[in-house]
Amino acid sequence: MSTEAGTRPRIATVSLAGCFGCHMSLLDIDERILELAELVEIHKSPIVDRKTFAARCAVGLIEGGCCNAENVETLRAFRDHCDVLVSVGDCATMGGIPALRNRVPLKECLDEAYLSGPSTVNPTGRIPDDPELPLLLDRVYPCHEVVPIDYHVPGCPPPADALWAAVQALLSGEDPVLPYALLKYD
Amino acid sequence: MTAATEVDRLVATHGSEPPALMDIARDIQAAEGCVSPERQRQIAERLDMRIAEVRAFVGFYSFLTEEPQGSIVIRLCDDVVDRMKGFDRVRDAFEEALGVSVGETTPDGAITLTTTPCIGLSDQAPAALIGDVPVPFLSSDRARDIVSSLRVHADPTRLVTRMGDGKNRHPLVRSMVRNNLERPGTFIFGPEYRGEAIRKALSMTPFEVIRTIKTARLRGRGGAGFPTGMKWEFTRVARGARKFIVCNADEGEPGTFKDRVILTELPDRVIAGMTVAGYALGAREGLFYLRGEYAYLRPYLEDVLERRRADGLLGRDILGKRGFDFDVEIRMGAGSYLCGEETALLNSCEGRPGDARDRPPFPAESGYLGFPTSVNNVETLCCVAKILEHGAATFAELGLQQSTGTKVLSVSGDCTRPGIYEVPFGTTLEAVLEMSGGEGAGAVLVGGPSGTWVNPEGFGRRIAFEDLATGGAIVVFGPDRDLLVALEGYADFFAEESCGYCTPCRVGTQLIQRYLQRFREGRADQGDLDGLLRVARTLKTTSRCGLGQTAGNPVLTTLQSFSQVLEAGLPAVGTRRAAFDLEASVAGARALRGGDHV
Amino acid sequence: MSDRVTFMLDGHRIEAYRSQTIMDAAIEAGVYIPRLCHVPGLDPWGSCRVCTVKVNGRPCAACIQPAMDGATVENDTDELNAWRRELVEMLFVGGNHFCMSCEKSGNCELQAMAYRLGVTAPTHPYLAPERDVDASHPDIMLDHNRCILCARCVRTSRDLDGKQVFGFVYRGAERRIAVDPGVRLKDSEADVTDRALDACPVGALLRKRQGFQVPVGGRAYDHEPIGATDGEAEGAPDGASDGESLEPAASAGREAS
Repeated sequence: MSTEAGTRPRIATVSLAGCFGCHMSLLDIDERILELAELVEIHKSPIVDRKTFAARCAVGLIEGGCCNAENVETLRAFRDHCDVLVSVGDCATMGGIPALRNRVPLKECLDEAYLSGPSTVNPTGRIPDDPELPLLLDRVYPCHEVVPIDYHVPGCPPPADALWAAVQALLSGEDPVLPYALLKYD
Repeated sequence: MTAATEVDRLVATHGSEPPALMDIARDIQAAEGCVSPERQRQIAERLDMRIAEVRAFVGFYSFLTEEPQGSIVIRLCDDVVDRMKGFDRVRDAFEEALGVSVGETTPDGAITLTTTPCIGLSDQAPAALIGDVPVPFLSSDRARDIVSSLRVHADPTRLVTRMGDGKNRHPLVRSMVRNNLERPGTFIFGPEYRGEAIRKALSMTPFEVIRTIKTARLRGRGGAGFPTGMKWEFTRVARGARKFIVCNADEGEPGTFKDRVILTELPDRVIAGMTVAGYALGAREGLFYLRGEYAYLRPYLEDVLERRRADGLLGRDILGKRGFDFDVEIRMGAGSYLCGEETALLNSCEGRPGDARDRPPFPAESGYLGFPTSVNNVETLCCVAKILEHGAATFAELGLQQSTGTKVLSVSGDCTRPGIYEVPFGTTLEAVLEMSGGEGAGAVLVGGPSGTWVNPEGFGRRIAFEDLATGGAIVVFGPDRDLLVALEGYADFFAEESCGYCTPCRVGTQLIQRYLQRFREGRADQGDLDGLLRVARTLKTTSRCGLGQTAGNPVLTTLQSFSQVLEAGLPAVGTRRAAFDLEASVAGARALRGGDHV
Repeated sequence: MSDRVTFMLDGHRIEAYRSQTIMDAAIEAGVYIPRLCHVPGLDPWGSCRVCTVKVNGRPCAACIQPAMDGATVENDTDELNAWRRELVEMLFVGGNHFCMSCEKSGNCELQAMAYRLGVTAPTHPYLAPERDVDASHPDIMLDHNRCILCARCVRTSRDLDGKQVFGFVYRGAERRIAVDPGVRLKDSEADVTDRALDACPVGALLRKRQGFQVPVGGRAYDHEPIGATDGEAEGAPDGASDGESLEPAASAGREAS
């Protein structure tokens, strides 16, 4: 595979309703990150701070599920600009911790958080409603319920080795099949 | 304490063993509107059961509740056929007149409104059970009248204004139900020769009786078609200090109502069949398991049994045959489709939740209370009596090689003459549609939702175990019906009736509901069809009992015969999942933002 | 009639007693048939259906199917493992399973089964049922969200603890574990030393204050798939592999009190 800038496959990453733990795990590949930099061009990602897609990417890694309208828009943009989309981590694959709210009606969640929670101090008595704030979804969705997802790498976070193995496989055009020791839900 | 005395009284009436639990629980439910935790504790103590066991029982049957219900319970039948015939309007009228929604009780505690699956009145839908009283041919006007009447006299039996036909007018039945016996055949519905079947049987050895049934090649009429003679032989040769004959009068397959008519018009014939079986199998005890929905027939059936005892057709030394003792006891169901499955039925009779047992052992070896038991369908037992009366050859002449005799069909839906049709096996679906005024049908569901969808190209197919096997339900759908709506209705039915014991049925029936909802709302794509199919096939392959194994049939046979229902216009999985609707999923947050936050 | 039968299991010749189930015969022969509700030593239950095998081409649950002489039994095939993946997916979407915050993670048989079968993510719609947590007992927690209704606690309490603490109530989607005599665990005879607690394959029934004691890397299924040790259990009728042991956890209860 060529390593010349501009001809390297581009990858993009994002954290939706996640905690960035999966991104930390990606950074946990340690010195292999140099190899990764050789192999790919990191296009749109929190790591490089690019906000919009300027080119089509070979691989998109999605951390987090969708809890609000902005997540959905971002995820759809990833689907539109990436050849292969991978759900990374439990939040992306099944909703994760944010999805714990799925059994509670939205209003109750907001009331508890902003109005009636035992530690809440909110003299305005209002739930934040700035138009700039993205609207919350009725529940938290795993990514594959919003757009088609090609592969799933579960884990909370997935082991760095799992992410490395998956990226390597995808770059060589193979299905990322995780060995037993790297397929984890925790 | 008076409350405990009441349980003592019921125990004295019904017995102090777990099999008495159903009668005790039903009586308490009727008198008090629920079986409260306190009652459960008392019952458990008297029957020497665990409280958790009594609670499991009460929690399983839909006619028994832990929470108080109104003095009168209105159960609207929400079967697919009722939905076709105006269920929505009737429900709305009841809700409006009562001022409560389905699932609620009026504030004065008088009336509870709820829904229930098929109550065996598809030929006179929409229908309801009010208390134990079946109320056919409902309309919104009738709903309002009923509510006003109940508010005045609070007595469901006084709703019976105009009685139905035949024995529905019997003083012990007094029902508005109609038989709609559109085509009584000459066999099952042929003339009655009281005592003749038993007399013939007693002139033979038990083994000769079994041989006669085998020669007639009689197969079970509940739908599965197991050879009756073989079942009898297994039970006959099985070792057991006691043996039991059980009549399965728990027809619950949506669209089936033939047993209701047989029990109304030919109860003697059914009991005669049981008695013959008792002789052939060496059983002295018979259980008659009557579905809770047909409780209105119980006093009448008790009377039939009493008269037969008086006439020497039941009891000791039947028809003077020394040592041939046989009697029948009625056992009730309480709202569970699954109890139509023979092992679930046996659990129910034993005072347990009606979930299926693992087989082996089969009931023939270890059935009621572990004793060898033969469970036979109402219509099968009628056939037994008639075979004895007329001889195996006469029976075997009717029908086809593997399907001898006649079949009683319950025809309903979009046809001008819904009702009961007794036809020889081998009759084509086309002929049935002609008889019942269902020509021009767009689809026919043969055998109810666990059976087969047939499209017009298949109307030449025959009612037979070789072709379209059926317990008797024929539901006709006009060409303009949306089959997706029917599919969803049947999915609701299976999810409601699943016992939840095994994974595929408990979860799979719910998943089918979720997927079909996406199809109906136009939010499905190929990925959903793939998911739906995987679930339906998993149900069929891995479920524990017949309910789960057939719960995927509506979907699977629709794909065979009406693939367009699910496939037409179905988008491929593109760059968006069709099921996800962004606008709908932010609607709640949008409303909250616009709303008053304090 | 001989009391021994012989059948073929994935091409291996297996001997069994006539009354023995395919599952028990396979365990005795050291062949693993995936299972969740079955535990050697308890009466078969047949609810999870993960042990579905094909006997002469017909699917059935190995834990309840008696061994038949001359039968051909398929077990470890792509087709059967695909059915098992579906069942495991159903168990995940049918409950509320949040492995990342569950004390049982790493020792959970449901999770381990998903790993073994290579399930990266359930794809069916999540049903997100409303379930309760019963934390009323001072030392025991019952989390219905995680329960897979396998009845291992029901059977263990009844047959090994001699107590009958657990049962079932309601049907279909509503079916759940019930506690005798009432509704809450604290009113029952349940005790922190009950073997029933160890019988739970998932994190539904747990001893309080005992979570996360074993670090990641040292848990039952961190390195070896569930069933990996079955081949070594030859001749051991109780055949319990890691995580399936019904022995009470060491020091349990004493620390809790």
